[in-house]
Amino acid sequence: MTAQFDSTAIAERGAVTKDRTNGHDAADPDASVQQGARYRAPLDTAIIDTDIHIYFPTQDVLRSYLEPHWQEYHQTFGQRGYDGSHFPRAMPNAARHDAWPDDGTPPGSNLPLLQKQLLDEWNIEIGVLNPLVGAGEQRNLAFGAAFARATNEWQLAEWLEPDPRLRASIIVPWEDGELSAAEIDRWGSHPGFVHALLIARTKEPLGRRKYWPMYEAACRHDVPIAIHFGGAGGAPITGSGFPNHYIEDHGGMPQTFQAQVISLIFEGVFHQFPTLKFVLIEGGFAWIPPMLWRMDSAWRKLGSEVPHVTEPPSELFRRHFWVSTQPMEEPFQPEQFRQLLGHLDLDDNLLFATDYPHWDFDSPDRAFPIPLDKERRRKFMAENARALYNL
Amino acid sequence: MSEHTRIDCDIHNEVPDLEALYPYLPDHWLAYCRESAFNGPDAADYPESVPTTARDGSSPKPDLAEVQARVLDDVEIGILNCAYRVQSVRNEDLAASLATAVNQWQVEHWLEKETRLRASIVVPSHSPPLAAREIDRWGDHPGFVQVILPVRAEAPYGNRRYDPIYEAAIRHDLALGINYGGAPGHPPTPTGWPSYFIEDYAGMAQIFQSQVISLVCEGAFERFPSLRVALIEGGFTWLPSLMWRIDKEWKGLRHNTPYVRRRPSEYMRTHLRFTIQPLDAPPNPLHLAQILEQCGAEDLLLYASDYPHSHDSQDFLLDLLTADQREKIDSANARTFYRL
Repeated sequence: MTAQFDSTAIAERGAVTKDRTNGHDAADPDASVQQGARYRAPLDTAIIDTDIHIYFPTQDVLRSYLEPHWQEYHQTFGQRGYDGSHFPRAMPNAARHDAWPDDGTPPGSNLPLLQKQLLDEWNIEIGVLNPLVGAGEQRNLAFGAAFARATNEWQLAEWLEPDPRLRASIIVPWEDGELSAAEIDRWGSHPGFVHALLIARTKEPLGRRKYWPMYEAACRHDVPIAIHFGGAGGAPITGSGFPNHYIEDHGGMPQTFQAQVISLIFEGVFHQFPTLKFVLIEGGFAWIPPMLWRMDSAWRKLGSEVPHVTEPPSELFRRHFWVSTQPMEEPFQPEQFRQLLGHLDLDDNLLFATDYPHWDFDSPDRAFPIPLDKERRRKFMAENARALYNL
Repeated sequence: MSEHTRIDCDIHNEVPDLEALYPYLPDHWLAYCRESAFNGPDAADYPESVPTTARDGSSPKPDLAEVQARVLDDVEIGILNCAYRVQSVRNEDLAASLATAVNQWQVEHWLEKETRLRASIVVPSHSPPLAAREIDRWGDHPGFVQVILPVRAEAPYGNRRYDPIYEAAIRHDLALGINYGGAPGHPPTPTGWPSYFIEDYAGMAQIFQSQVISLVCEGAFERFPSLRVALIEGGFTWLPSLMWRIDKEWKGLRHNTPYVRRRPSEYMRTHLRFTIQPLDAPPNPLHLAQILEQCGAEDLLLYASDYPHSHDSQDFLLDLLTADQREKIDSANARTFYRL
């Protein structure tokens, strides 16, 4: 069905002008990998899990961390976000069926169960908590700021202090740059908080200037900004209106990540903040090479509109972005995954993640569909994260 | 330069101004346009001075003589894709009359004057029943081979609201062409409005991806097994990554959409074709060859100049092809797809 393109002939014609293969295109038949049989990797490296989700066991626990005024507000009016884009999830709380604590509280709300199912089970050295509890999506920004602060205090008291393997996210009310900067200033020098956490579907593209005070604070503390799958910012999940199904919402998230990368690069964020780092969590990564090819091509033609972009977008991307591995796209053939890693050329920026306790959990031995050499395994499973977060 | 004759699947014939349509508008709308100082649709997909809109020495709105001189020399058949965005006119009746006028203009100024050309039917796709009526009006004219839809729309194209358009296209054995641009009123990204044109331009590929997801996952190809869709001016190097992602989603979530019976990538390969401009190619030709092989591109790509728009040269792709592959992409794929 597919053509046989003669790679050797291409190279012999002298057409290969710039080698971006990064060692991934070396002939390697991967005889150990049979199509259909799932490869299992040896667990011989340290593991840092960069995407673990925790939730408040009850709304009362959240309220206990709020000031009295906001306790009453939350009791009376609840959470008010950008509603009207609800796709019923495939499973309750999008969670693994076995991740529900016996007492009926939500998956990811019980530290002993999380320790047993994740940290102990897989010998996780360090785990990064990304609580998706909604503080940043509040239309009442002052309440969002109080909610964010409460979430951060809860993470410190109930997760970081009891288990030294865990690290936390600085939750911010991201639609307000100043309030977010204040929250980053509050926690930015605490070694337990490793990044500020946003969600992919913000109200405006993240390169817009209203978000810049948040980036300024992140640079002040050398804290990366993480953008996680999901959310609702008021606009439809596609540039062409609302789809019908959860599979389109879930499968459409790479398009949202692409929009954010395009915005951050072309709106000049890295010209303004040369040390700023972003972590893209749970967005997959096979979309990155073709997006960068298109961005570079667009910049060659249209760069005069954005004089603050002074180098090719692909170079800015490789310097400023880190990417988590789950959920990984699954190429038809194992060798195509190796080709993808070559196109990606991001060996120092891939970060292993499980996404516990969600249904599409990646286990450390089954995440990658092909054998990787030991050095790459070390980097992807732990060392890239260790370097990024100074762990 | 080529020993075989090409079919160029993307040539733009733009309406020079609203007055060009005056002869074809009903009296009522003619008076309305004059009174209201209405200038035509406000979609700004191709601002006239922007470098991607026209290549050196070309007009952003070329006339027939220019297309004949600069495009048709080594072309057996050229397919016109008029990007007059009647969908951005909220008044559906006016939009429908504008569409009829554009199509009449295409017949008189292009098809009747140049036998090598074929055209695409412009429709008020925000009103599918009116759009279907427009398709029925022109569907038996041998010069029209396609219904053209802007990639940006009020709802993704897998939505059942568009079924009347697809029924009409199939009734007349027409292809569907989804084309760069459009102005449906909501933002072009899932996160709101970007600041710059370059973001709209680079981001348009994501909207094509969303449309593919929608057409497959909302079951359009199960409802209409003979539906064929050309994705025009949206690139294609992203196709392998989208196939892998959506196939994986479907493995986990197919109980969500029971009427999607086959792997999503199978629908994509069966029903979709892609024009080759813009190429959006990797800098390394080996990587481009890998992308072509990953998605079986020799059967999916359609040669296109995208005249007068300006992108990187497509020779980077064409030089990688064997003679057989070249023949498919230059003309055979299009001949089958458009029934030429």
